[in-house]
Amino acid sequence: MKRRANALLAIRHIHKEFSGVRVLNDINMDIQTGEVFGILGENGAGKSTLLKILCGIYTPTSGKIILKGNEVSIQTPMEAKKLGISMIPQEFNLIPTLSVFENIFLGSEIKRGVLLNKEEMRNKTRSLLEELKTDLSPDALIENLSVAEKQMVEIAKALVHESDILIMDEPTTVLTNLEVEILFELISRLKKKNVTMLFISHKLNEVKRLCDRILVLRDGDQICINEVKDVDEQDMVKKMVGRELSQVFPPKSSPGDEVVLGVENLSDATLLKDIHFHLKRGELLGFSGLIGAGRTELAECIMGLRPKTSGDIYVNGEKAQIRSSSDALAHKLGYLSEDRKGKGLLMNFGITENISLISLSKYNHWFINKKKEQQSSQKFIEQFNIKAASLTAELEYLSGGNQQKVYLSKWMDTDPAILILDEPTRGIDVNAKKEIYYFIHSLITQGVSCILISSELEEILGLCTRVLVMREGRITGEMEGRHINEEEIMFSAAGVL
Amino acid sequence: MSIENLKRIDFSKYAPLFALVVLVVLSAVASEHFLKFRNITNILRQVSYTGTIALGMTFVIAAGGIDLSVGSMVAVVGVLAIYLMNYLGGGALAVLAAVLAALLAGSLGGAFNGLIVTKGRITSFIATLATMSIFRSLTLYISEAGEVIAQNDLYPKIGGGYFMNIPYPVLVFLGLALLFHILLNNTAFGRHVCAVGANQQVAVYSAIKVRWVTFMTFVIAGFTVGVTAILLSSRLNSISPGDAGIFYELDAIAAVVIGGTPLSGGKGTMWGTVIGAIILGIINNMLNMLGVSPYLQGTVKGLVILIAVLAQYKNK
Repeated sequence: MKRRANALLAIRHIHKEFSGVRVLNDINMDIQTGEVFGILGENGAGKSTLLKILCGIYTPTSGKIILKGNEVSIQTPMEAKKLGISMIPQEFNLIPTLSVFENIFLGSEIKRGVLLNKEEMRNKTRSLLEELKTDLSPDALIENLSVAEKQMVEIAKALVHESDILIMDEPTTVLTNLEVEILFELISRLKKKNVTMLFISHKLNEVKRLCDRILVLRDGDQICINEVKDVDEQDMVKKMVGRELSQVFPPKSSPGDEVVLGVENLSDATLLKDIHFHLKRGELLGFSGLIGAGRTELAECIMGLRPKTSGDIYVNGEKAQIRSSSDALAHKLGYLSEDRKGKGLLMNFGITENISLISLSKYNHWFINKKKEQQSSQKFIEQFNIKAASLTAELEYLSGGNQQKVYLSKWMDTDPAILILDEPTRGIDVNAKKEIYYFIHSLITQGVSCILISSELEEILGLCTRVLVMREGRITGEMEGRHINEEEIMFSAAGVL
Repeated sequence: MSIENLKRIDFSKYAPLFALVVLVVLSAVASEHFLKFRNITNILRQVSYTGTIALGMTFVIAAGGIDLSVGSMVAVVGVLAIYLMNYLGGGALAVLAAVLAALLAGSLGGAFNGLIVTKGRITSFIATLATMSIFRSLTLYISEAGEVIAQNDLYPKIGGGYFMNIPYPVLVFLGLALLFHILLNNTAFGRHVCAVGANQQVAVYSAIKVRWVTFMTFVIAGFTVGVTAILLSSRLNSISPGDAGIFYELDAIAAVVIGGTPLSGGKGTMWGTVIGAIILGIINNMLNMLGVSPYLQGTVKGLVILIAVLAQYKNK
């Protein structure tokens, strides 16, 4: 009660829905001046949504935000800045062709009359960067910076407004240890200046070290608020995860003995280091890890979509030279990208044309046999229960779940022996998820071997017979059968133990 | 009843045809000479030169590219073909050699564009802007800027001849249109062209040979340039290195866009391009017949292009 009286920021009964799907459910918290407040939860728990509400990117469906005793309505990021709330976003919002100082002052340029006061902006930028112990030039172009340097610019951009509340959404994901230390030092200094900070991180040791209190979210529900000194990392994981697996998953089936895919010593130029694993016939192998751990990059390397610097790939025991997606296709490999709209489907094409795009040669003998092509997609529409107005309906008018089923059909039409599914249920509703789970199961029982890349632990646990965990481009954990457990996956993924 | 049915018709698809019908009716009312057979075949002949190139351009644009070099390429290919023919002397074989050489030279010019775009990774706008300048300058250099005149009696028959009262160039234009229509709509290549134009990334992830497809669209455009170079130079029995093909790229692109192929690529319509080319031809013809100043014709053409593009936006 004492806390409540002088809370800097109070959140009351915040709900948020996206087109009918509830992502935040009755969130309540009070944050004190000068506090570092951690927000924990699995991917999709609603952490980023909550922070985006606070900095005006989203507006809540219902509920109140009370800042310094006054109820406020934050409609845009600009309003948030005026109220003294800045955010270091998870994804970069920098303009590559502009310089560091131009980005830092973007939208709040210092002017002398109608002209820009570039000298002053440069000077302020320089002193900010010095404070961050970064020897970046204010005039360096963003496009020439490394990912970590860009992150430092984002941090400087948030600091320039001298906000009361600073929101950080996984700021350390792309930083090296040294840079993380600099950032933490800065956080301590800001704390002494009574700046309040909200901090999202998957790295529990960071949370333990920096935060005063934590809020744990799970599936949009507020699980608890604790003093950090009262909980250890084990407790945090349990609170984040602690749920029973629901009955949406099909039974698991055991794989054959024959190894169909072997990857040895695979590395790429930027992230992947010495990847080594195998996949058996009819196996469903899970790949777990945090965003940016290199799982997608690995899949793209295997598919010949991304150059590898070393390592070999074996298909059915024989060394396979895969330099392009057509090579991969020739080896009966398939890959459903996590980026359905950007890399998977042609949104202004119809269902038939999308399904047959890879397997077109099946219907093509000098000319495309359009009748055969349509019959085949009709078959998939029935098999996957795809709901669409017609075969020619443009894909952008289909729901996410139906799009995903079209995408799955597209690869099934190539008759793959090995299928890599990258976040196959992202952004689709529970029912479609369940249908896809059962479909994957039927594939496995038919002897197709699958790799499932998923950030939803529940999915990995419910479906896979073996799990590999990746962190920072390496495989850091392997579990099989009944030894698969959530906590150990989290620890391997976050590098705690 | 009728309103519901009307709504179901995809107007954007038939808009070019509708515009053509309106234009023909207006023209027929405005001038009694318009609908005469001779006038119609004249218009079609006029249209066939840039129209043929527009057919090739449809592939380039559907794949998300553009080719600005076609006009200059007409000149360089025309000059080379006539030089070869004059070197070989008289007779049908010399003509045949010139025709084949023109088709080959055009395809090679297109291949050159295609290589710069795919291997050099330079956007097609810049790549073909550069080759536009290169081709024109080479033409002027080779010919020393003088008119190149054909010295074979048989040659003019190609551009000036008729089959059943229809000029050869028109037959070639419409024949190619039919062929390309099938290539675009009924073959894997055509499907891949549209896929590359719609989303190159998706095409790469779908195991489509994106570079090869892009390259081939430029080769096809170059091939159509070769065809036009023959049709044009044989009609005139000569080619003028400074004037031949000037602004052909604009007319070809305009025909494609008026026909309903979006400049952003992802789909294309061959008969739309034919209609687009004919619309431009009729406008020129009518403006001439009505005695409108030739200096104003460009303005009218520009307005028609704007209206066509606006109509496409409205339909979205």
